[in-house]
Amino acid sequence: MDVKRDYYEDIQLLESKVVLLWSAAFLLFLFTLPFYLPKYYFYLLNLMMIHIILAVGLNILVGYTGQISLGHAGFFAIGAYGAALLVIKLQMPFMFALPLAGFIAAFFGFILGLPALRLEGPYLSIATLGFGLTVLQVIGHLDFFGGRTGIQVPPLDIGVPQLGLSFILETDMGKYYLILIVTILLVIAARNLMKTRVGRAFVAIRDSDIAAEVIGVNLTIYKTLSFAISAFYAGIAGGLFGFILGFFNPEPFNLILSIIFLVMIVVGGLGSILGAILGATVITYLQFSLLKNVKEMPYIGDFLVAISSRWLTVVGLENFNSIILGLIMIGIIIFEPLGMYGIWLRIKKYWRTWPF
Amino acid sequence: MFGQLIVEGLSIGACYALFGIAVVIIYKTSEVVNFAQGEMAMLSTFIAYHILTYYQYPFWVAFVMTMVFSILLGMFIEFAFLRPAKQPTLLGMIVITLGAEMLLMGVAGWKWGAEQKEFTLPFSFQVTHEPVPGVVISDWAMAVFATVICVMVFLYVFFKYTKLGVAMRATQQNRQAAKIMGIRVERVFSLAWGFSSLIGALAAMFFAARSTLDPAFMMEPFLRAFAAAVLGGLMSIPGVVIGGEILGLIENLFGYFWPEWKPIVAFLVIIVVLCIRPSGLFAKHYVKKV
Repeated sequence: MDVKRDYYEDIQLLESKVVLLWSAAFLLFLFTLPFYLPKYYFYLLNLMMIHIILAVGLNILVGYTGQISLGHAGFFAIGAYGAALLVIKLQMPFMFALPLAGFIAAFFGFILGLPALRLEGPYLSIATLGFGLTVLQVIGHLDFFGGRTGIQVPPLDIGVPQLGLSFILETDMGKYYLILIVTILLVIAARNLMKTRVGRAFVAIRDSDIAAEVIGVNLTIYKTLSFAISAFYAGIAGGLFGFILGFFNPEPFNLILSIIFLVMIVVGGLGSILGAILGATVITYLQFSLLKNVKEMPYIGDFLVAISSRWLTVVGLENFNSIILGLIMIGIIIFEPLGMYGIWLRIKKYWRTWPF
Repeated sequence: MFGQLIVEGLSIGACYALFGIAVVIIYKTSEVVNFAQGEMAMLSTFIAYHILTYYQYPFWVAFVMTMVFSILLGMFIEFAFLRPAKQPTLLGMIVITLGAEMLLMGVAGWKWGAEQKEFTLPFSFQVTHEPVPGVVISDWAMAVFATVICVMVFLYVFFKYTKLGVAMRATQQNRQAAKIMGIRVERVFSLAWGFSSLIGALAAMFFAARSTLDPAFMMEPFLRAFAAAVLGGLMSIPGVVIGGEILGLIENLFGYFWPEWKPIVAFLVIIVVLCIRPSGLFAKHYVKKV
């Protein structure tokens, strides 16, 4: 929609002063959020931002490079266990353990990227799916990872405890600032990455990998790089996730989680950073807040309970959220293939050209 | 001992193969990987369970009613969810079927709850025969083998000699050309989904009799069957049967020696095979149009 007149306009971070103003205002709002939001929302906000990091990373792989992954819960788990174990077993400060966990995940992403060079479509989806299940099994069966019972994470300390500089983040609010800063950095990094040579190579591979190879994009390097970057994001998100949970086991990192991650970016919009952010926010809100307790849902909660006891079972009512998620997934592909980003584009176009 | 492991591996492999055939039929005609396959079959099995326990009908009546239901369910999903999508990408198709999976799982969980239920077939595990000393084969395994053979013969005849089967193959080869030749492509897709849902429901009943019935019970078998189909190349029905048998054998033999790694060995085999032959063991090599 916007016409770019020269290269510098294409690579700049913010399009205009207006965008700069709004971005600054939004950041200010995010940083001052603890002053006007009740405490119990912050766990949800943290979860949302973690999912945003993951969705942005997954979008680099799926939306920009066109490779499907049904195994991102595996990278998420590698990040969570990596960060936690580095802190517990090696007594490493969190600030170093987190990026290192990201790099461990990236390494596994690179490994998974190797078979992906030869696979596509359904074959790639089964390979990534197998990867996710394998990670889950390995973690669940080795005592080193805490097995099925799970591991207890020490309090989140962003200082260096060995040097006596301890700075423990105890509340969700403290963690909120940490995660917010990490999220902002990673989102800006992703946005900038997509404007570089690497990002354009990814897009070229998505559009046609043979054509990309013909014009000189090295498929081996860029496909594995895409997997590695995406896994790095998932690893960072996982590391943070482990520390906001405090105690976790392999249970949550299952196939359904991989599907939900995919839903986030599809609902948000494939191939757009903003879309990934919107999708992750909305799906997390639905999944972990609105639909978590269906019986107490405003307006329709009682109605659903009545239906359940008449024809169905009240015990099974908690499955309602999977029905809603399924309908959202189907509906978004049928009615709005570009996702929420597509809706946003249409609104923008409508107002920009308003009287016409 | 060894013979027993092989027989068990072959029988569970035949089950995977049966379910893999269901995946392949849809992929063959419409090039959609149906991730909802397992849940479609699960819902059909629940219908059978419901008819058997609440209405107390005899098994074969329930069986026929379930088969009819499963055909209608498959056609409904194709009609309601896949047909309205305008020129979806491969990923879009996968997301739609994943959505249908979540939807069906939610519906089954809402109706029947998450607790595990007994599902019994007339062919039980307990009734066993011993044709060769040391090798025990149950009624269940024999029924599975018989079903797979029947389904394969039926599909062979169907795809080779009936008008509808030829129309399905034509649709798979070139959708536009088939349309020009007067084949109603949409109807062919609908029928393919109905067929596949029926075969899936057959397989799911065997799986349910082997373990228990709950809304998530088809997840694992589906992944195995999908893996078997990928191993066989996703396109050929003999391929998927051989793939399923290989998978069942590997899994059973491996699972005997290292039981805790049983769930993932199948996937490791698949990944290794795919690295060597990217489009499965029995598919003609994938040629991509630019």
